[in-house]
Amino acid sequence: MSEKAAQRFVLQHFWVAFGAFGVASLLGFYQVMERSGIVPALQSPAVYFASVSTHGVLMAYVLTTFFIMGFSYYVAVTSLGLPIRHWMLARVGFGVALLGTVLAAIPLLLGKASVLYTFYPPVQASFWFYLGATLLVVGSWFWVAVMLLMFAGWKRTRPGENVPLPMFATAANAILWLWTSIGVALEAVFQLLPWSLGLVDTIDVGLARTLFSWTLHPIVYFWLIPAYLALYVFVPPAAGGKLFSEQAARVALVMIMVFGLPIGFHHLYVDPEQGAGWKLAHGVGTFAVAIPTLLTAFTVTASLEMAGRAAGGKGLFGWIGALPWSNPMVLAAILSLLMLVLGGFGGLINASYAMNTMVHNTAWVSGHFHLIFAGTVVTMYFAIAYHLWPRLTGKTLYSESYAALQLWAWFIGMVILTTPWHVLGLLGQPRRISSVTYNTLLTLAWDPYELAMVVGGLILLLSAGLFLFNLAKTQLAGSVAGETQVVYAEPLHPVGPLPDLLNGFKWWNVVILFLMLASFGYPIARFFLMETHNPTAWGY
Amino acid sequence: MDIGPQKGKRLATGRAMLDLLLGSTFDPLERRWLFVALGMIGIFLGGIFWSAFTRGVHPPSHVETIDSARLHLSEEFAEDKLGVRTQADGSIRVTIVAARYGFFPAQIEIPADTRVTFRIASVDVLHGAHIPMTNMSTMVVPGYVSEVTTTFPKPGDFPLLCNEYCGLGHDHMWSKVTVVAKESWFAKHHAQRGTP
Repeated sequence: MSEKAAQRFVLQHFWVAFGAFGVASLLGFYQVMERSGIVPALQSPAVYFASVSTHGVLMAYVLTTFFIMGFSYYVAVTSLGLPIRHWMLARVGFGVALLGTVLAAIPLLLGKASVLYTFYPPVQASFWFYLGATLLVVGSWFWVAVMLLMFAGWKRTRPGENVPLPMFATAANAILWLWTSIGVALEAVFQLLPWSLGLVDTIDVGLARTLFSWTLHPIVYFWLIPAYLALYVFVPPAAGGKLFSEQAARVALVMIMVFGLPIGFHHLYVDPEQGAGWKLAHGVGTFAVAIPTLLTAFTVTASLEMAGRAAGGKGLFGWIGALPWSNPMVLAAILSLLMLVLGGFGGLINASYAMNTMVHNTAWVSGHFHLIFAGTVVTMYFAIAYHLWPRLTGKTLYSESYAALQLWAWFIGMVILTTPWHVLGLLGQPRRISSVTYNTLLTLAWDPYELAMVVGGLILLLSAGLFLFNLAKTQLAGSVAGETQVVYAEPLHPVGPLPDLLNGFKWWNVVILFLMLASFGYPIARFFLMETHNPTAWGY
Repeated sequence: MDIGPQKGKRLATGRAMLDLLLGSTFDPLERRWLFVALGMIGIFLGGIFWSAFTRGVHPPSHVETIDSARLHLSEEFAEDKLGVRTQADGSIRVTIVAARYGFFPAQIEIPADTRVTFRIASVDVLHGAHIPMTNMSTMVVPGYVSEVTTTFPKPGDFPLLCNEYCGLGHDHMWSKVTVVAKESWFAKHHAQRGTP
């Protein structure tokens, strides 16, 4: 991408994303300190829950949405060889999303929106928080429109040609996000906004939880697809190899898009407002969506193995040692996949229909999603940032060895942080408490783990600081780089003409519509068919 | 034979669907892995279906509504109706109200090795009710009754913890559950009631 304006536009997205990440990392460290209780002066539920709410919103919504939008614009421009089309739409989208972020951040930081990032009613936050969160989503819809217009425009001018894999994945993610965000948008527009404005007194909590569960699972795949895309298209060339199978990558992306959506009820397994049959049906879908992840792990590992063998690695495992471990992209991929294995294992337990009751809402769940999100996803976001910064700023990365050190520190910190959470979860510790006040023998066993997580949190904070330092230093003081073209992986076997199903989304949208109607239609309709008693708003 | 472009497209789409199902667009090695993955998922789901349908292990999913603002007037959740009761059929029922910031009654005693049904309702916001290291776990959603039936194999002292954020006092929301040996529980309980 040579166009300066587009580069600046992508960098703006990235700095909003990573600025939010920096603030949220600081809050994360404060939270492990507060929760451990080692500094009594820090103890304050009011500050803690304001902090947790802000940490969750910044990490899960702001970091992700802005990073994904910026990265997607870069991918679209470089893989299609087109400038950003519909500049106005793209700029308005960025502005609306940024305005939403600021509107949500003010009440969050003032403690007027301590409802956590899941904002489960009937605990009520400031109207401005709900409005800000809604505008963030609305802003992202402008990005969806630009991506789909660019995707369709490219296809129209090149009938019969395969859409490049990076753009195929990006368009899949845009469509996935549009479907995903409808659930929470309905909740916001028809429930949270009128209720927090005082236009209605009561809120149907069962309906709100059901709509939120619609969004709550596939949003994880919205975060994950850019990470998978980097594994598919950036990691093989960085390791000195090729992509093992482009068709398998496309099949995996389509499966994630289709099966990731109709499965939200695994977040409601122990809720009273949905029946067992619906939960079991969503549970089956939850296991089905593990298949594309297993495929991705295989394709990426096979690509790495070929690269390792080409570099002289011998024997069953010798190729692993032969990989260029000091390359941030390759190192990130290895660490990210390791955390995906650990987090995926925990996820299968969470997904297990009845076994879920043992760990539901315990610290186990925080351990699981920190491994998958902060581990697998954010580690690849780091790698993408290191990879693109020279290409966006025209400067050489300030320090590759700092980058490798930072990735190792993030991995080690995350393992130290999440292992105690898994153990504490099995011992029954709730995930959302600010301190342990229960005076029982059982809960005394939690104490040593509370200390371990402080160490993990400190390492993570230092790692986050090193990451931001490296990026800022590159941009402000880096030396001028030579090659700034981005290289996407070549497939091992040339890809012939692809069928429509692996080159477009028309039919998949029909399949998704059918699956969503089947899995959410009646469970949502029932709230209007049966008599519910809706509570009024409560403060916190 | 000449097939029109439309029909040719349909055929190609049909073949692509078959390919997707059978995995023949894949590298042979990858196809084998796909079958391994499908097999693994099949085993996991098989275990879940087996436990659900032969052992009756289901999560709490009792779709039953109640007016949370009028619990104090209800047959079941009025203050004097709460706690542990033996039903006419000999089963044990525990009726609990969750309210910021406690479970009421604050202390209950139940027998080990006996099926116990918990029925819980919230008077205010969302709560979660979990007895650590057991499968007595349910969300408590205002407007609904949560019902869980389980068995505690051994006697012991357990906390009943609120595990969903319910407000700034959430950390302090817990109560005590004492599981006593089946014989002593029934002996005490029957003595209190004056039944033989």
